[in-house]
Amino acid sequence: MIDCMGTRGSDSAGLAVFHEPLDAAHRRFSLYVSDRHYDWQTFRDDFVLAADNDSEFHTVHNHATVICDLDVASFKSWLSGSRPEVRLLSVGRSIGVYKDEGHPRDIAQRFGFADLKGTHAVGHTRMATESAVSPAHAHPFTAGEDFCLVHNGSLSNPHSVRRKLEKKGITFETDNDAEAGCRFLEWRLSEGDSLDSALEMAFRELDGFYTFLMATADTLVLVRDGFACKPAVVAETDAYVAVGSEFRSLAHLPAIEDANVFEPAPEQIYSWTV
Amino acid sequence: MDRVKQLDLASLSVREVNQFLHHGLAGSGIEQIDIVNPDGVHSIAAGLDGDFDVDIRGHAGYYIAGMNKRARVTIHGNVGWSVAENIMSGSVRVKGHASECAGASGHGGLVVIEGDASSRCGISMKGCDIVVGGSVGHFSAFMGQAGTLVVCGDAGPHLGDSLYEATIYVRGDIQSFGADAQQEDMQAEDGDTVSRLLAVAAIDGDPNQFKRVASARRLYHWNAAVPQEY
Repeated sequence: MIDCMGTRGSDSAGLAVFHEPLDAAHRRFSLYVSDRHYDWQTFRDDFVLAADNDSEFHTVHNHATVICDLDVASFKSWLSGSRPEVRLLSVGRSIGVYKDEGHPRDIAQRFGFADLKGTHAVGHTRMATESAVSPAHAHPFTAGEDFCLVHNGSLSNPHSVRRKLEKKGITFETDNDAEAGCRFLEWRLSEGDSLDSALEMAFRELDGFYTFLMATADTLVLVRDGFACKPAVVAETDAYVAVGSEFRSLAHLPAIEDANVFEPAPEQIYSWTV
Repeated sequence: MDRVKQLDLASLSVREVNQFLHHGLAGSGIEQIDIVNPDGVHSIAAGLDGDFDVDIRGHAGYYIAGMNKRARVTIHGNVGWSVAENIMSGSVRVKGHASECAGASGHGGLVVIEGDASSRCGISMKGCDIVVGGSVGHFSAFMGQAGTLVVCGDAGPHLGDSLYEATIYVRGDIQSFGADAQQEDMQAEDGDTVSRLLAVAAIDGDPNQFKRVASARRLYHWNAAVPQEY
């Protein structure tokens, strides 16, 4: 699907995979660094020495996954103090994120997307319009734990949304409009809103064009703006649910000829629980 | 010589298929072309000009049969955005559902969507006829200048916004009218038009059940006396 949608966006791509959840004490941290020859071995040695825990490491290219029982605040504190060049892409008991510049097909091969296993995943291929092409600007965006969002479209008020959130102490990593949408929704979730009520508020507060596909540890959620300016197609079968910008990306899925294929309506919340 | 030719998009590119449809048919005796494995790709059978039938077997992508002249194109599945955009003549029939902007800017000919059409169906239509067996989404027939849109199901919000001289007939519920669109009484000739279009579209329906929607023509002239806010 990612390879196919490379024709819609070929400058960068990303994927969030939701794995079987870890126990309550453990977290999965996805890390990225711009240096493609980064010394992950020394990173690992220093981290084990500092954290003194039974961490598990996986590295691929300029990405690493750390699974450990260190609390999130301590991990972030160690990372920013000892390895400021390393960016935290995601944290949670389930989520793992990969994103990079380049053609989506190459990125999928680079990080072995075909071999990843999980309950659900959210991918994105990007054609940048509003902000720079960089791995940090690529989607999915994450906020909080086990939450990610991909966006097709452009928001017209990301800066005012951002200013509103920054006053509440929420920090941003890029000037990307989708990050504003992502942090807005996660802010509502962290305030206790359900995803549905967070989205109802987003319909009022976020201005512009969007199809958002979001995921939590156990739910996949799809919405389109009130004018449905950006596309989406859903295929539902007994075995899976697939969502794409176009049917082209779904056309070669198993048993697609028996799927219920439909176009989601504007400002309607579609959600599926794993 | 075979009258029917099959083209397989699993092995041919869209460009190869369309080049054959544009240049390979003259004098060939082929009257019907079957296109298999469309798999959602774009622009299949765009820019045709000829008296022949094209059948696309499966779901297709954007801009299918755009700018069509004379040819009769049938899609045996769903289509993406802008099917039959700028159709000039001939006919385009979708057996499944159509995404946004079906029949956009169509000048002539007939577009039939047997299932539902999504938003902006018939946007800026300029003389074509569109018959939708199911329902249409928001802003359908937006700025429609000429031609007729027949909707056998329901119409979404803002139907006929900024309508010029296109006429809309809806059998089901209309969620809301767009600016300057209004419901009008059905006259005898309206019933005749709906009857004729349902017949050519081969869709059953009683013309008496339809409502007529047309322009109130209040937007035709700028009224400086009305307070405006921008």
